[in-house]
Amino acid sequence: MLEFYRQMSLIRRFEEKAGQMYGQGLIGGFCHLYIGQEAIVVGFQSALKKGDGVITGYRSHGHAIVTGASSKEVMAELTGRDAGIARGKGGSMHMFDPEAGFYGGHGIVGAQVPLGAGLAFAAKYKGDDSVILAYFGDGAANQGQVYETFNMAKLWSLPIVFIVENNQYAMGTSVARSSGQQELFRRGEGFGIPGKLVDGMNVLEVRAAADEAVAHVRAGKGPLLLELKTYRYRGHSMSDPAKYRTREEVKTTREERDPITFIKKRLLEDGETEETLKVIDNEIKAEVADVADFAQNAPEPDPSELYTDILVES
Amino acid sequence: MPIEITMPALSPTMESGTLAKWLKSEGDMISAGDIIAEIETDKATMEVEAVDDGKLARLLVTEGTEDVPVGQVIAVLLEEGEDESVLDEIVTKAEQKSQKPEKKAKADESDDGQSEEAPAVLPARPRAASVPDEEEIPAGTEMVKQTVREALRDAMAEEMRRDDTVFVMGEEVAEYQGAYKVTQGLLEEFGDKRVVDTPITEYGFAGVGTGAALGGLRPIVEFMTFNFSMQAIDAIVNSAAKQRYMAGGKITIPIVFRGPNGAAARVAAQHSQNLAPWYASVPGLKVIAPYSAADAKGLLKAAIRDQNPIVFLENEIMYGHSFDVPKLDDFVLPIGKAKVVRKGSDVTIVAYSIAVREALKAADALAEEGIEAEVVDLRTLRPLDMDTVVASVRKTNRCVVVEEGWPVCSISSEISARLMEEAFDYLDAPVTRVTNEDTPTPYAANLEKLWLISPEKIVRAVKAVCYRD
Repeated sequence: MLEFYRQMSLIRRFEEKAGQMYGQGLIGGFCHLYIGQEAIVVGFQSALKKGDGVITGYRSHGHAIVTGASSKEVMAELTGRDAGIARGKGGSMHMFDPEAGFYGGHGIVGAQVPLGAGLAFAAKYKGDDSVILAYFGDGAANQGQVYETFNMAKLWSLPIVFIVENNQYAMGTSVARSSGQQELFRRGEGFGIPGKLVDGMNVLEVRAAADEAVAHVRAGKGPLLLELKTYRYRGHSMSDPAKYRTREEVKTTREERDPITFIKKRLLEDGETEETLKVIDNEIKAEVADVADFAQNAPEPDPSELYTDILVES
Repeated sequence: MPIEITMPALSPTMESGTLAKWLKSEGDMISAGDIIAEIETDKATMEVEAVDDGKLARLLVTEGTEDVPVGQVIAVLLEEGEDESVLDEIVTKAEQKSQKPEKKAKADESDDGQSEEAPAVLPARPRAASVPDEEEIPAGTEMVKQTVREALRDAMAEEMRRDDTVFVMGEEVAEYQGAYKVTQGLLEEFGDKRVVDTPITEYGFAGVGTGAALGGLRPIVEFMTFNFSMQAIDAIVNSAAKQRYMAGGKITIPIVFRGPNGAAARVAAQHSQNLAPWYASVPGLKVIAPYSAADAKGLLKAAIRDQNPIVFLENEIMYGHSFDVPKLDDFVLPIGKAKVVRKGSDVTIVAYSIAVREALKAADALAEEGIEAEVVDLRTLRPLDMDTVVASVRKTNRCVVVEEGWPVCSISSEISARLMEEAFDYLDAPVTRVTNEDTPTPYAANLEKLWLISPEKIVRAVKAVCYRD
């Protein structure tokens, strides 16, 4: 639990810093923050073993950090530096660390879902028992390719868990305004894929659901669909005026359902001390400050890098 | 250390904004997440959230100030227990900075490694690696007659025997033996694990194939025809072609997308078109479009072994045509190498895929009138082998480019432009193009014939550049 607290706090502080640096013009382009959704990726990652794979959409900083990338590499990617996880060529939406089982970081809404099924296809083809987690949002849940993928995943019984991170707003459009059928966990039923609704703000529930789902899929019983109800506190991206929801809604969620406040309370109830948590907080604060400093001072890619990494030269 | 709150950038393009309203006053205690101000940009009014906790010690920009540049210090925050005595110095410094607006955000970042205004020198665009002229088929090799269809099937079967990560997926590739029978017999030899029938779901299976390549396999994804690849073009362009670059080289996607491309016969506009220029315009792809059965075999084998995403364009009308194919255990051709398929000294005709057949027919007709045409088969469209094209044009000083496809933004327009850049001084006549007409493919037999390239059209163009009538 302490490790959950540490990882979730790291993502939170990292993202706050990224938001700040975006405001300072140090991070360019689009920047989608994961603040509010930390429990999901932290809970799921803790249920995986080496060899398992993770793929997600453009809100990818948290996924990159918990799958094993250093926060330094992720921040340096955001500032577009050579030391970045994609050597400054991918940016916020395109982070990759295949050795750690992290397959991106994909900018086109929903496109990561068939790619995830392809990874699962490869796992099954090779006969290993690895499992793929394919994350996508409530917005991507309306993309046709997601359903093409559901069909093939079930048809071929692929080892994949589909995870809808339902933060309730696809950019500025709420689920209610975009979905005829709003229980997203039921979207697999027509394909024979069982679904389940999970509280994505409660890391312990996420972990329990992840254990169950990963075991089911690893045992060769076919794909599953989990809907994780969550909330993003910040705008869709940094340039979002957020006029589609009330400030009260954000404030209430933050006060009553915050995933970090929740786990902190549980830890204190279980006998952890404020001091222990404070030590962790301070370590994270120092790490993030260090990372931000590194990411601002690391050199940009050499101009000669413009033409590299396009093709594998044989 | 007091915290400087700067004018935030609220979008990728914002350079300045109006500080419309302060929602907190000097002396207020604020915590992270509190809204402290409203900013107006040309697009919207946005709220500024505090990032840190502390006491809002000074507001440096008054409400209603317009054109506040991004990065200018707008307020100073004191953290718990900090002394106000340091404030004056910080405020003075911040005000000095705002006097020089053009340097504002960067003034204290001159050593941050971010190149500012010094224009970086653009590195030279690397030329496609020149493939040496080598004898592709050793002298004395026995040749066997084979159709393009059989050659393609043999290429896949040989590579599947050689490497068990190679598999084929697509619509009707297994039980049905291929909609055009290109995968005939593969299911029987390799089983349904490696010859996979998909539902009719091009976007989905092009993505699944790309993911399988990401996961370490070597997929051959068959499109029943490339017309349907437009459903899947996002997977090919955005997912397959760009991932390696976006990952800083950490990813390889060894995948072949193959199937018939170009005009078929009497199937009208949606099932009859050449998409080669679409794919050939995308960095991160290699694009191959062979004409003969031998080239189809040698290049498909090379494509399957290549580490990159490859678009391999076949032609339905050519599937049943027979050619000499070398009887070799492992016949692999280099990708990126054009081939002179007929030697000549008066004019160069550049073509690819089925247009090579039309060009060769035209060359025969021209020879009877005393014009010796050299015919260059491009074979690979990306990277383009301009070395071979330019070498021929230097010799003949005239060039006609033939393409069974639309004229606008085409392979032939690319060749024309490149010849202007690379062989202008060697040209005795304008580079001329013979392409299909610039309309959707018509159904009526007479209109379709009018629409397509033909040997007659090529002959006319060649005579024009040779100033003969």
